[in-house]
Amino acid sequence: MNSTILQTATRYLLPLLLIFSIVVMLQGHNKPGGGFIGGLIGAAGFALHGMAFGPRATRTALRADLVVVMALGLAFALVAGSLALASGQPFLSGLWVSVPFPGFGEVKVGTPLVFDIGVYFVVIGVVMTIVLSLLEENA
Amino acid sequence: MSALPILPVLIPLGTACLGMLGHRSLRAQQTVSVAGAVALVVVAVALLARTATGEILTLDAGGWSAPFGITFVADAFGAIMALLAAVTGLAVVVYSVASVDLPRKRFLYYPLTHVLLAGVCGAFLTGDIFNLYVCFEILLLSSFVLLSLGSERGQLEGAIKYVTLNLISSAIFLSASGLLYGTLGTLNMAHLSVRAAEAVAEGRGHVVTIVAMLFMVSFGIKAAVFPLFFWLPASYHTPPFAVSALFAGLLTKVGVYAIVRVFTLIFVHDTGYTHTILLWVAALTMVSGVLGAAAQTEFRRVLSFHIISQIGYMILGVALLTPLAVAGTVFYIVHHIVVKANLFLVAGVAHRIRGTSDLVRPGRVGVYASAPLVALLFMVPAMSLAGVPPLSGFWAKLILIRAALDERAYVYVAVALLVGIMTLFSMTKIWAEAFWKSPAPEEGGTAGETAPRTPAGMLAPIAVLAAITVGIGLAAQPVFEFSALAAGQLLNPEVYVGAVLGEAFATPVEGVDP
Repeated sequence: MNSTILQTATRYLLPLLLIFSIVVMLQGHNKPGGGFIGGLIGAAGFALHGMAFGPRATRTALRADLVVVMALGLAFALVAGSLALASGQPFLSGLWVSVPFPGFGEVKVGTPLVFDIGVYFVVIGVVMTIVLSLLEENA
Repeated sequence: MSALPILPVLIPLGTACLGMLGHRSLRAQQTVSVAGAVALVVVAVALLARTATGEILTLDAGGWSAPFGITFVADAFGAIMALLAAVTGLAVVVYSVASVDLPRKRFLYYPLTHVLLAGVCGAFLTGDIFNLYVCFEILLLSSFVLLSLGSERGQLEGAIKYVTLNLISSAIFLSASGLLYGTLGTLNMAHLSVRAAEAVAEGRGHVVTIVAMLFMVSFGIKAAVFPLFFWLPASYHTPPFAVSALFAGLLTKVGVYAIVRVFTLIFVHDTGYTHTILLWVAALTMVSGVLGAAAQTEFRRVLSFHIISQIGYMILGVALLTPLAVAGTVFYIVHHIVVKANLFLVAGVAHRIRGTSDLVRPGRVGVYASAPLVALLFMVPAMSLAGVPPLSGFWAKLILIRAALDERAYVYVAVALLVGIMTLFSMTKIWAEAFWKSPAPEEGGTAGETAPRTPAGMLAPIAVLAAITVGIGLAAQPVFEFSALAAGQLLNPEVYVGAVLGEAFATPVEGVDP
């Protein structure tokens, strides 16, 4: 597809979608959201890019190898779950620390966040692999 | 609380993860893959050693106590299944190094194999019915990719049937889980066991039985029982030999495991109905599988139909539901996984030597003439499958037939014996056509042609699995004692319930005959 309107819109929408996806992922612990839905929103941004500029341009824009993105996500999730094992608690138990964050005061950071980040990357990796394969088949 | 029950799931996942990170280097993938498979065997052995004392290990994921969180439970049955999955996984991974082609290996063959193992081990060790569904999906998704990887014409044709029927099965499984949750208000299997007994005591037993039948259909498709087995012989002969060995050894047995688990733990209150159906299904599965095999002339298709007929034996044990019969089922599964995976691995070597898997067309050279060791290594699992003493299959069949005799189920004894003889006939057919016969010169066999040498990496797993088969046959007593222990736990759900939920839940409900 070669549409100036879509291409111009995508230039503005992609960064917005990515920021929104990260916000949704971060708020997921207490509010609606999380790694899965955040990953889907992020992948939707890249998919839009793929439709506007073609899959080749998207692969260049992504820079990272999608298999490695998936693997890293899986590694994040596994490590987040296994940290609890190392401290003698059952797999996937949440471990929390308070970190002073300028402007926010004390922010509690824990392994569920790491797990969500892992899910985020796995979802982006899987969805983009599927979307790009389909787009490349059509091209 | 020990982390042991979840390690057989985490190790393959971690291995898959490392394999994907290093996916540009084939050497790195192979090293990680073999090391991960070895680690899985080690952990599974440790798990088995713990459960062999009769202890049931549990782990509440995230510290959310049962029945609210997801619990992993390793009883004797789950642990032995996890060990069998680990051993098959290791054999197949080592075999793959020497046999699977480069394009497949580059396209994440090893990580997918490990994800499949994670799903299989997860299914064996989970104590939550919805988690069981998730594990089924994990192993199915990776099996879909492994089956269609390479995109050969025959592969895609087989994969379509496989995917369609398995998706239908998953849909039924999911709806059945939903109904079960709606009816009994829990998904924890131990809690389901308690709640099902309560529901029956309150006169809601018919609803439980309806849900039980949905589970039977869903798991029946996965276990390839009569009349839901058509996807299996249509697909198992199409992927590389290593992949079909992995599938043949493990995937249908996950279905059998699920049937055994739910029909000994949860749905045991209307056995006159559910288990009678299982009994018919068992007999019909045995007969239709072995008759189907008799009509086939392709090495792996013959073996595929034999998977079906053997599933019938395993179901027979659950259907009879006596301690000896269930012990027979456990023993049979132990014997069968090793033997069946091995037969598919040998089929790969035979194909390499003969240049064809067709049993009618003469191959390049006779296997026996050019590689007598391979022929011998075929004989061990083949004769064990048919039930020739002193190999493992003989004892497995003996226990089941003895159990059927005790129950005066003479028709089923006759069927089991007859199917055993017909299995022997099939194995002899393969032996005569693929191994014994050397092609006559006028049939296209060139006298001077020599067979390719079989790499040690392909022979070693076959030899080890054959040694295990002989070992089970010669040391049948300890294996039987372990099976009897597993059967004892399966037939006394209060042990399982007590281990998962604590003693308070373990007392039987008033007015229910357990």
